[in-house]
Amino acid sequence: MTSRKYHAIGVAAVIAFIGLFLLYYKVKILGMPFMPDETKTVYRIEAKITFEGMNKPVHVSMALPQEQVGLQVISEEASSSGYGFTKSKTLYGQRAEWAKRRVIGPQTLYYTLELVEQEFVQKSEPEKKHQTRRKKELLLDIPVELQSAAKNLIKDIRWRSADPHSFTAQMIRDFSDKDPSQAVKILLAKSNITKQDMIYHMLRYEGLTVRKINGLYIDESHRNLKLIPLIEVLHKKKWQRFDLEKGKIEKDTHFFVWRRGGESILDVTGAKNSKITFSVNKRQVPSRYLIENKNIIKNSAILDFSLFTLPVSEQNAFRHMLLVPFGALVVVFLRVFVGIRTSGTFMPILIAMAFMETSLIAGVVMFILIVGIGLIIRNYLSMLNLLLVARISAVVIVVIAIMSFMSILSFKLGIEEAMTITFFPMIILAWTIERMSILWEEEGAKEVFIQGGGSLFVAVCAYFVMSNTFIGHLTFNFPEVVLVLLGIIILMGRYSGYRLTELIRFKSLTE
Amino acid sequence: MFANPFKLKKLGVLGMNRRNVYCIAEHNDRRKYPLVDNKLKTKILAQEANIAVPKLLGTLSLQSEVRKIEHILKGLNGFVIKPAQGSGGKGILVVTSRKDDLFFKPGGESISFREIKQHISNTLSGLYSLGGKVDVVMIEQLVEFDPIFDKYSFEGVPDIRIILYKGFPAMAMLRCSTKASDGKANLHQGAVGVGIDITTGKALSAVQYNKPVIKHPDTGYDFSELSISHWKNMLELSARCYDMTKLGYLGVDIVIDQYLGPLILELNARPGLAIQIANQKGILKRFERIDTAPAYLTAYERIDFILEQFGKNIQLEFKL
Repeated sequence: MTSRKYHAIGVAAVIAFIGLFLLYYKVKILGMPFMPDETKTVYRIEAKITFEGMNKPVHVSMALPQEQVGLQVISEEASSSGYGFTKSKTLYGQRAEWAKRRVIGPQTLYYTLELVEQEFVQKSEPEKKHQTRRKKELLLDIPVELQSAAKNLIKDIRWRSADPHSFTAQMIRDFSDKDPSQAVKILLAKSNITKQDMIYHMLRYEGLTVRKINGLYIDESHRNLKLIPLIEVLHKKKWQRFDLEKGKIEKDTHFFVWRRGGESILDVTGAKNSKITFSVNKRQVPSRYLIENKNIIKNSAILDFSLFTLPVSEQNAFRHMLLVPFGALVVVFLRVFVGIRTSGTFMPILIAMAFMETSLIAGVVMFILIVGIGLIIRNYLSMLNLLLVARISAVVIVVIAIMSFMSILSFKLGIEEAMTITFFPMIILAWTIERMSILWEEEGAKEVFIQGGGSLFVAVCAYFVMSNTFIGHLTFNFPEVVLVLLGIIILMGRYSGYRLTELIRFKSLTE
Repeated sequence: MFANPFKLKKLGVLGMNRRNVYCIAEHNDRRKYPLVDNKLKTKILAQEANIAVPKLLGTLSLQSEVRKIEHILKGLNGFVIKPAQGSGGKGILVVTSRKDDLFFKPGGESISFREIKQHISNTLSGLYSLGGKVDVVMIEQLVEFDPIFDKYSFEGVPDIRIILYKGFPAMAMLRCSTKASDGKANLHQGAVGVGIDITTGKALSAVQYNKPVIKHPDTGYDFSELSISHWKNMLELSARCYDMTKLGYLGVDIVIDQYLGPLILELNARPGLAIQIANQKGILKRFERIDTAPAYLTAYERIDFILEQFGKNIQLEFKL
């Protein structure tokens, strides 16, 4: 009995020591930072092109963004199975070209960019070539009968403004007014050019140096975006951007220019219903992941064997996987030292991992909803006296149905958070529902609330530990921490003292 | 609200962690679990060892055998149909009387032959077994419960739980169902646990919801008057279960038949800790005393050992 105890302690100590030694070696000898670094904002912009093939050769050409001041491209990826992909250069910049011989049915192409903010922004010189190509604007794109109205409007605005900026601001205000003047109404209704083109031409008529740009606001994460048209006006050797709805844009607003000048964004030949949408994703990433110190990695055998050497997508998988031991530690601690009853030993870890994707509050609400609805339906299924495997399968299907229904409903209601419901592990949820339902029948509702609440509590605790940025940094950069955890868990496995809940349970014995 | 852990340790209270690490992992060989988890195996083993159990009337293990039930039940008025690997009392069908082809459950509800066959068929395909495994159906003689416990039980039937440590009976309790526990003998559902003096079979103390009680909450009878007859017989019966299974930490559930006396109903390789609350005593002190006993004693010698060891020091008066 005691020999086994010392054996376990010995093993735990050796394992933990190896882990601590590796940690020490990496931090002190190799100089890897123990504390997490500062984070940088990484923007991920994805263009999604959809179209329907008509059993003909298809050629897709998309304008690519140019280099931008203050934003550095760190990765670029075009995913499109079966398509040939090339880049071509035109007068206005680069274009992405996809081609395929026979295309039938709906198709989707993706083009993804990852950008990081640069700290030192160089002042940009206004490009000269736009100015040299400038010729006299004659408002030729506006129908003849409207040209005098446009000229009158320009004259009117000139009176109300002092310099190119205020002139542009006034014009945009006139065009985006909720109750526009008669002249503006006619101009917008009768001419068949866009508001951006209209303002562009009128500004040029006034003699300003103007250009059209299209792009995206990237300060918030969004999906299904369209490019927003802007106007840039040169004044005192600086370009100033103007939103066609909101007017002047402050310099520090993050706007990513996808297209400058007149070229089309998307050209698709050989297919119909082509459409391009964009999504923007913003996240904080430690600078370490961006600029890995390749020299350190090459010079050390330990690091040459580390997770950094894996491809990025696998690194991401491990980033999640290495958090599981910490979740396990929480589960063991709460079971062995506190004595919280959960339904399914490691179910709380999986739920906690789902919470990391959904955010906590939304995750808890969704979990309670799914399990609650599932229990009601499972209650009905139990009347049918089904066999176990059939019953669980039925519950799995019910869980999927609830998840899809909630997704659709929340999408209609505009609750974005609920869309992440797919991150919940549905098989685990089905088993949880099954176990709780059996518990309900055998032990009553009270026990279901104790165990369900216990599971949720453990999951929330595990979530707080696993979502901690320091712990995330530690496990990813120093995976040997897992050895230390293993040692601790072995030691906890030999703990034979009382649990916190037992101190309450056995209270009457001490009185 | 919290008990002092050092005081609990001094009283020798066994906690869940210690039970798992030292009692179950050290003394119970995993390979022997099926002997107690499968009630059919337990029963066959017990019958071979000449230990009294409710008589096995027949078993069915194939769907094609279901119709044999008519033959097995011929001339029987009361019987119990249970799954060999059921858990938590699920799938147990008790029939107390019969009128031709109509059978009656204890509550007076009637059930037909066809429904019995359906029940057996469901059980065979694993509806009530853990993990949905294919199961075996056992048909057992109905236990004619001794009316001496009627005063202390509401609806259900009380059973006696004895915990054996290395084959020595260490602690015992009587579990009495109440209105709150819905006729079930489950302590955390509100059944009353009555601590039984391991040497005499007399009641020591009683608890409901972890709190001491004196009278049965429904019948109103005083537990201090309770005393179990054939006590030494029961100790022997339980002690022999150890020789049969060799599980060093074993819970034995016993019922008393009016005509046949004590019968082993079930064995449990992971008995819980509530017995300490019912007895208002820590069980570890007794384990320590048992550890001092010489090895390789027969069941009778082990009983003599505990009667001698615990007889002197145990308080015989009913504790308030």
